[in-house]
Amino acid sequence: MTTSIQAAPAHVALPRRHRSRTGALAMTVLGVLFLAVMIFPVYWMVNSSLQANAGAATTTWFPFQPTFEGYVVAFQQQIQNFLSSMVISLGTVVVTLLFATPAAYGLARFRMRGTRAFLLVLLITQMIPTIVIANALYTLFNDVNLLNTYWGLILADSAAQIPFSILLMRAFMESIPPSLVEAALVDGANNFRAFISIVIPISRNAIVTAALFTFLGAWGDFLIALTLTSTTAVRPITLGIYNYIGSNVTDWAPVMATAVLASLPAAVLLVVAQKYIAAGALGGAVK
Amino acid sequence: MSASVEAAVGKRAPTVAAGHPGRPRARLAATASRWLFIAPAVAYVAVFFGYPVVKNIVMSFQDYTTRTFFTGEAPWVGFANYAATFRSSLFTTTVVNTALFTIGSIVAQFLIGLGLALFFRRHFPLSGFLRGLLLLPWLLPLIASSAVWKWILDQDSGALNQLLGLFGTPPVPWLVSPDLALIAVIGVNIWLGIPFNTTILYSGLQSVPQELYEAAALDGAVGARAFRYITWPSIRSVVSVVIVLGVVYTLKVVDIILGLTGGGPANSTQTLATNAYHQSFVNFQFGQGAAVSNVLIVVSFVFAVVYISISRKAVDE
Repeated sequence: MTTSIQAAPAHVALPRRHRSRTGALAMTVLGVLFLAVMIFPVYWMVNSSLQANAGAATTTWFPFQPTFEGYVVAFQQQIQNFLSSMVISLGTVVVTLLFATPAAYGLARFRMRGTRAFLLVLLITQMIPTIVIANALYTLFNDVNLLNTYWGLILADSAAQIPFSILLMRAFMESIPPSLVEAALVDGANNFRAFISIVIPISRNAIVTAALFTFLGAWGDFLIALTLTSTTAVRPITLGIYNYIGSNVTDWAPVMATAVLASLPAAVLLVVAQKYIAAGALGGAVK
Repeated sequence: MSASVEAAVGKRAPTVAAGHPGRPRARLAATASRWLFIAPAVAYVAVFFGYPVVKNIVMSFQDYTTRTFFTGEAPWVGFANYAATFRSSLFTTTVVNTALFTIGSIVAQFLIGLGLALFFRRHFPLSGFLRGLLLLPWLLPLIASSAVWKWILDQDSGALNQLLGLFGTPPVPWLVSPDLALIAVIGVNIWLGIPFNTTILYSGLQSVPQELYEAAALDGAVGARAFRYITWPSIRSVVSVVIVLGVVYTLKVVDIILGLTGGGPANSTQTLATNAYHQSFVNFQFGQGAAVSNVLIVVSFVFAVVYISISRKAVDE
């Protein structure tokens, strides 16, 4: 009787050791199967981008005779859009961090009248559909000549990213021990100097995470670019893809090659910075 | 002088925060310096969220069209835009589509996400790697995902119909049939939402103390009973976060629908969000677009408020 009770927790606490190796292997096989289904569209994107004239019923399940014709067309037609996306996304990262980092620190450290209200406003902004913003910004940007400009898209994309970045970085900055900053203040630094020399270096990881998500958000933006541009003067790669699929597609290879190009930043960041990505995904939910 | 003020401000900063009276000027300067951190972001949010929301409300009462951009005139029309919106047969369609799209997406995303999270909790070789890879669909630009899905769902030579063809199924018109398009679009949106749901729910499961399961096992609660009495109550707050965020994000989805079907065929995939886009940026009826947008905002807020108050009460009890 006693022994069985004592044995029970040990069994529950260490189920892995008790499970057979074949059981674990079966789990891995099952996991790979789930992933294969989930990742299939990404595979299909790469696969079709490497096949000539994908679209006739000739697309095979594997690119047995890979060709880069699709990429040649994609480069010719989309390289300018790719560079535009780069300018817009990097610009958005700079603007967003400039506004969001100090605000995140201010909200994390200072308790002032109105800060709680501002936090609530930031949460509410996450619920406001982008189309609502676009609708009104179109008229505003029309009045101040920001339609069809890089600055217009950078400012509007930053608006979409600043609240999330503030919430993300604030959650981290709240965990900085006040004594660290107070020590600098005693040494005669003002709030601003303490922010630059202490808070920013300590918060490096949180800032990198915010920058990554801002970049991906701006890079993937479609609706803001669709609504706040009316000419081809400034056109990110997402609009390039939309123009392809908005009409009847006869050759999918260049379209898929463009989709691959547009997905590269996300894939690269997932490989290089997976820990930041996972942290950001969670940060988004703790709101 | 300014240096001494600065020093005073600096030293005082922590204590002032606690409400001690200091020298008035130094205190004022301290408060001002702190507001300087937040003020730029407040201004930004005011211009890019505050202004649009207010402007949208104003526009919804105006006859705001392309003409307005040339003449500068936007005649006041009262509730005419709302009346026209509610009266049109399209409105009922978009509301029903929005409801089906949101409920269908959220239920399936959540159930599959929870299943995968429970699956990945049992660590096995490669589980961490596979979990990381699962994030990929979530990170791709939505319009790139829409493009590849449009190709996969292509009636004549898409991959899905090729696969079904192996079993003798005739080509299915996924995106061109008014009866199927909404189902197809919901399916793609479910695919998009699974990574997010899995990741958040997995982190929720990780925070359930192992001791609880050990204690429950003593009472004979394992498997489904352990899930019901330990896991579910422990992750309930995470669940409400996932669902509220999911609904709010799903209500405003535009990219996937525009990319896959453009709201068609025959408006069978038109939602409130895509309809707002169409009114403003295709028909250039900005006043009507604003009216539809405002309906969308109200729905989002009502849902968020109702749900948050329900889950608060549940937690309090």
